[in-house]
Amino acid sequence: MPDGSPNPKYKWIGTRPDRPDGADKVTGRARFGADFNLPGQLIGKVLRSPHPHAIIKSIDTSKAEALAGVKAVVTAKDFPEQANLIVPTGEMQVNLRDITRNIMAREKALYEGHPVAAVAAVSEAIAKQALALIKVDYKVLPHVIDVADAMKPNAPVLHDGMITEGVNPPPTKASNIAKRVEFNKGDAKAGFAEAEIVIERDYSTQAVHQGYIEPHAALASAAEDGQVQVWSTTQGHFQVRGFCAKLLNLDTSQIRVTATEIGGGFGGKTVVYLEPLAIRLSQKTGKPVKMTMTREEVFRASGPAPGGNVKVRIGAKKDGRIVAAECTVEMQAGAFPGSPVGPACMCSYACYDIDNVHIVGFDVVSNRPKVAAYRAPGAPISAWAVESTLDILAQQLKMDPIDLRLKNAAKKGTKTAYGVTFNTIGMVETLEAAKSSEHYKSKPKPGYARGVAAGFWFNVGADSSAAAHVGEDGSVTVISGNPDIGGSRASLALMAAEELGVDYDKVRPVIADTASIGFNFVTGGSRVTFATGLAVVNSVRDLIRECKVRAAKIWNVDPEAVMWENGMAKPAGSNVGEFEPLTLAALAAQAGKTGGPINGHAQLNVTGAGPGFGVHVCDVKVDNDTGCVTVGRYTAAQDVGTAIHPSYVEGQLQGGAVQGIGWALNEEYIYNAKGKLDNPGFLDYRMPVASDLPMIETILVEVPNPTHPYGVRGVGEVPIIPPLAAVGNAVARATGVRMTDLPISPPRLSAALDAAAPKMAAD
Amino acid sequence: MAKIHVTTTINGSATEYLCDPNQTLLDVLRDNLGLTGSKEGCGSGDCGACSVTINGRLVCSCLVLAPEAEGQKINTIEGMAQGEKLHPLQKKFVEMAALQCGICTPGFLIASKALLEKNPSPTETEVRYWLAGNLCRCTGYDKIISAVMEVAAEMRGAPNA
Repeated sequence: MPDGSPNPKYKWIGTRPDRPDGADKVTGRARFGADFNLPGQLIGKVLRSPHPHAIIKSIDTSKAEALAGVKAVVTAKDFPEQANLIVPTGEMQVNLRDITRNIMAREKALYEGHPVAAVAAVSEAIAKQALALIKVDYKVLPHVIDVADAMKPNAPVLHDGMITEGVNPPPTKASNIAKRVEFNKGDAKAGFAEAEIVIERDYSTQAVHQGYIEPHAALASAAEDGQVQVWSTTQGHFQVRGFCAKLLNLDTSQIRVTATEIGGGFGGKTVVYLEPLAIRLSQKTGKPVKMTMTREEVFRASGPAPGGNVKVRIGAKKDGRIVAAECTVEMQAGAFPGSPVGPACMCSYACYDIDNVHIVGFDVVSNRPKVAAYRAPGAPISAWAVESTLDILAQQLKMDPIDLRLKNAAKKGTKTAYGVTFNTIGMVETLEAAKSSEHYKSKPKPGYARGVAAGFWFNVGADSSAAAHVGEDGSVTVISGNPDIGGSRASLALMAAEELGVDYDKVRPVIADTASIGFNFVTGGSRVTFATGLAVVNSVRDLIRECKVRAAKIWNVDPEAVMWENGMAKPAGSNVGEFEPLTLAALAAQAGKTGGPINGHAQLNVTGAGPGFGVHVCDVKVDNDTGCVTVGRYTAAQDVGTAIHPSYVEGQLQGGAVQGIGWALNEEYIYNAKGKLDNPGFLDYRMPVASDLPMIETILVEVPNPTHPYGVRGVGEVPIIPPLAAVGNAVARATGVRMTDLPISPPRLSAALDAAAPKMAAD
Repeated sequence: MAKIHVTTTINGSATEYLCDPNQTLLDVLRDNLGLTGSKEGCGSGDCGACSVTINGRLVCSCLVLAPEAEGQKINTIEGMAQGEKLHPLQKKFVEMAALQCGICTPGFLIASKALLEKNPSPTETEVRYWLAGNLCRCTGYDKIISAVMEVAAEMRGAPNA
């Protein structure tokens, strides 16, 4: 039990109680995607294209179907064609025509690992044997992996009909450039004319995977009457329902999806891969079908986050005032359009108040798996480039990097390049918190050098539903519909307890399946504690309103004469009469006589998400012989609104920072000349391990979001944005060598150090 | 393929199972015995989510063939709490928010318990290197390391060390 909130305004908010699902998750009792089984289930496996780009001339499944133990084989023929229709998936958008081709290749295989058929059999061993018996006749086509190559006029074109959107007049010829976006503020040309110093650089990043430890898994059971049940590890079971209904021509009400506990997602589990295949196989066989991906399949065919090329140009006055900024972002979409190039462009300069900004982005397809959201999709890539360039500016102006950023920081009233004017934000407070931290005030340890970088993310709201039910004994169940990916049950229960005036452990948060609560948008965009939190607060307010009505009935007074305080109904004033307060338990005991069960409900489309800003400080040392970078000290400061459960807020900052450190130093998709991924496993795709890291210090800067009753801002995504440049800037200051291409892995850095050595010796 | 009959001890209980010669211990625990607390994150011994101990030795159960369990003592996450009482590591992981999604947690707990049995006074560096075989993608390891250090101190009888 916590000692009480450090926030004097609150009793529960700001405390650190045990999470409601804690015992289940430390004992192995919690059931994740692959832990669900049904009697009589079949095992489904996917046949994947070995080619990065090939026409599928024919598929012969007859031998596989004839194998004893095989119950069904499906190919693209088993899924209806879809309209050219864009639908939202969390922070990204997808086209149904593309999704049906991504879950099962139709005319062409567009990346190595692209599904071409799926089998359901009585065992995994037989399913695997059956895959080997499927004969696919491919006509292999030239492939293209790199974005810059894919944009060349003579590049192999993935989609014959793809004419670049956002270009006027439209091109007459198909290309791999799906879309061009542009954002303008002021007059960049005039701004650069005014500049006294201009820095221009080109940067690149590689594709990285979200790296959730739990592979994708789904179990589907389709009945003869058309009703379907699905258990899936997903960030949005309502999205799974919606996508599967479209992809299989079912009503949403025919599909009931239960979100299992989810073993990480970070944006990568906001789309469907296995679910529609499992349902279709279950429909064809009349049996439940379970499907799980191997780690190799996860790498080859799910996620990843894109890589991109970014050109940055920043002009400033000698006092550090930025007068003009440009950037061009070319981003990998994977095999189908829809990279997060829009958010990458919008976030690039959002930390700063700059009068003249010009930003252009390109969404580019190539023979890679279709990208999925990954924590602040797109933003780390543009921030890597912009924040590195700002560091060069600070070095050339001999300014403290935080002072440079303070001089240009966005504040309330700042208009962004994408058109939004900020309400109350905490960029300045976050910079000041980082600057006054013990870390920043102390010198780096001998051998270490320091880097600083900032990051911005919008955060989102969107649709949420919630209900609050009073049990017969007065305890409360709060029901919502967002998978708990990192402790959100605790934050929802804390807000419900605060609002209701009862103890945290009298509130039990439950995540309902799609048939048991109204629609909830995905767990993504840092929206759950903010938006679903607001739905929970409103459902509790509805419950309190109902409680007041019940108390008024018992006391025979007007409901307006009843107030709610400390979990009890009380007379609103002395003129109402003398009545003993009624607790939830007392009201529940008499509920049968006052109108039946006492429940509250809320549903809303939440707007007013408060954007978040982060500033990270990173100390590194570099082994000049090997190019190995060691992070020795790290601090993440962030404007977090109100920290509802501070431990889980800190955890978001720490986890995001470490993912960013991995992105900066080691993680990358490595393709060979044949267009095949060379490192589809955790041994060769090197994510940070405990021995790579120091403690990650956190500074929670609480600048409440004025649009939320408890001041909540999303916190989950900002922390992955600053680390790329924070690490890169530290490396530049440690070595004198500015790395512009990620990751700063030992081979790359040692090569760069070797290349620079003669020059530096000559200097 | 003829099945192999295996007699072993799992979490203190005598257990028998029939397995294929090429089945992993992880698959038998999960699919044959219903002990789904051990997780498969990679199947190649890189993530540690399937960690169990065999006669006290920490292993990835995805790298152990099921027939190898014959006559051994296997301990899994399901055997860590005693009745209603959580192991101090389990309790501390919850108290200190040393998990977010929780998929890696059983593996980290098994590995941490094995560490403290071997080395009751580990340094932070020793904890970090011992747990380097367990991947966590959510927490950045910070709160996991802190929780293990704190439990080690408490088990040594120095609550505020």
